[in-house]
Amino acid sequence: MKIVVCLKQVFDTEAKITLDASGQINKQGVTLIINPYDEYSVEEALRLKEKYKGEVTVITVGSDEAQSALRQALAMGADKAVLVNPGDIELDEYATSIILAKAISTLEYDLVFGGYMAIDDGSSQVAARVADLLGLPLVNTVTKLEVADGKAVATHDIDGGSEVVEVPLPAMITSQVGLNEPRYPSMKGIMQAKKKPMTKLSLADLGLDASQVKPKVKPLSYFLPSPRQAGRIIPGEPAEAVAELVKALREEAKVI
Amino acid sequence: MAKGIWVFVEQRDGKVRKVTYELLSEGRKIVDNFGGELAAVLVGSNVSDMAASFGEYGADKVYVVDRPELANYTTDGYSNVLAELIKKYEPAVVLLGCTLGGRDLSAMVAQKVNTGLLTDCTDMYLEDGNLVFVRPIYAGKALTKVCCLDTSPIMATIRPNVFAVSEPQAGRAAEVIKEDVPPGDIRQIIKEVVMQISTRPELTEANVVVSGGRGLKGPEGFALLEQLADVLGAAIGASRAAVDAGWIPHSLQVGQTGKTVSPVLYIACGISGAIQHLAGMSSSKCIVAINKDPEANIFKVADYGIVGDLFDVVPILTEELKKVLAS
Repeated sequence: MKIVVCLKQVFDTEAKITLDASGQINKQGVTLIINPYDEYSVEEALRLKEKYKGEVTVITVGSDEAQSALRQALAMGADKAVLVNPGDIELDEYATSIILAKAISTLEYDLVFGGYMAIDDGSSQVAARVADLLGLPLVNTVTKLEVADGKAVATHDIDGGSEVVEVPLPAMITSQVGLNEPRYPSMKGIMQAKKKPMTKLSLADLGLDASQVKPKVKPLSYFLPSPRQAGRIIPGEPAEAVAELVKALREEAKVI
Repeated sequence: MAKGIWVFVEQRDGKVRKVTYELLSEGRKIVDNFGGELAAVLVGSNVSDMAASFGEYGADKVYVVDRPELANYTTDGYSNVLAELIKKYEPAVVLLGCTLGGRDLSAMVAQKVNTGLLTDCTDMYLEDGNLVFVRPIYAGKALTKVCCLDTSPIMATIRPNVFAVSEPQAGRAAEVIKEDVPPGDIRQIIKEVVMQISTRPELTEANVVVSGGRGLKGPEGFALLEQLADVLGAAIGASRAAVDAGWIPHSLQVGQTGKTVSPVLYIACGISGAIQHLAGMSSSKCIVAINKDPEANIFKVADYGIVGDLFDVVPILTEELKKVLAS
């Protein structure tokens, strides 16, 4: 079974977000990780490989810095990595999807995985776009997956519950919290990862030019939320404090 | 807004999600100020009877696709239908709720109609004649103002609870336009649907959320929160610590790798306030924190805090609220 996992390098969840002098998100000194939802995808792909044999290829669109995320996935057990470095151009989800789909179309696959969203931009659309471009059926927010006989049977979150959906392979699956517990790379895995193939591609290598990946959305500005004012601690014994709290919620905050 | 604003109606078994009415209400304000028309798009099976009702919430037109294959939501079926309608009528703006279903549908449709998509927006307004949107990034640790570039339609998903629902105008009529759009090849075969049997509102749409963390000490702790939530008609949420400990399902996790909530009232019990958790709930209108540790981070964002053992405080709070809300 051949599996492709799309992943994205993102800021660590503990990162404090600041703006630089030009009003852009400050990337200095931030620890970078594999998007946690994508990490579930890597883990799920590895489990399928262990069950059915085959090959797991991880792919990302990013700068050379993103190699560390790919290396980590290789250290977890993925076999090959593809980095598409589009150079210094603005990308949106549309553009990223065109690039990913083009790169994936050159690979063999039974399944393509992605995280259901990236924790940085929160946008949850690249996987669907890639699925559409590749003509794959999509199942989002998957928490349980069984693959057999050319079909994937996925349990996935829907609003207010869950659903079991069957799709034919090849298919695009996006991972949700609960799918699995990603493994830590072993020392042996980390050593082996250094020798695993990492293909680096440019847009030109994919036969794309900048006009084909022109973004459709544009960030106009970035700003930080106004910090919440710490409110007040209501003192006293529990009964007193609670009475005071309920009064405040009713009369001051007017929320109950 | 010459060709108007469309709002996709999110419904299951004829029950419409509140976010649909929120978007119709806000869409109405925009078209009232700047012209154009507001349309609701209703897709499903046996839904035609409910079409006219969207007029009362501000829709001028309601486009309806009513076919048996659309009884259940499927990514293929619904995205094919919505994309075809967009291609036919070319609306200027298409809005959906940023629910799981809205995220799923909007991304697929945006690609099918070759346009941009702004997800999880918390505001939208016209500025110099352009519709701009505000979206939280890094789970709300920063925000960005965004617009679409020469692409049509402008598509966005809007987070539930950010716009108010206007009072429905009884008797206000909408023109109902029936469209028979084939849903195409539906490859997602639904084997089973398990709705949580719960009288509780959905976490991301709830007006009140009662949330628990490590301080609950175990699954039994959540029983206390259930009682409090019952009194308030609240949804239950949890911090990652409580989820990782296996006390409560993943689906109830609030935070950067969980759900983002924007309730009117958020009551955090035994939650220390890790940055990832705060990211998921800091847009709540009013935050109450109950925690033993006076140094806990949660108190830095809470409007009201009680330093104390939640096992003492929560039952008293439940009783007190019961009394007050009954009066």
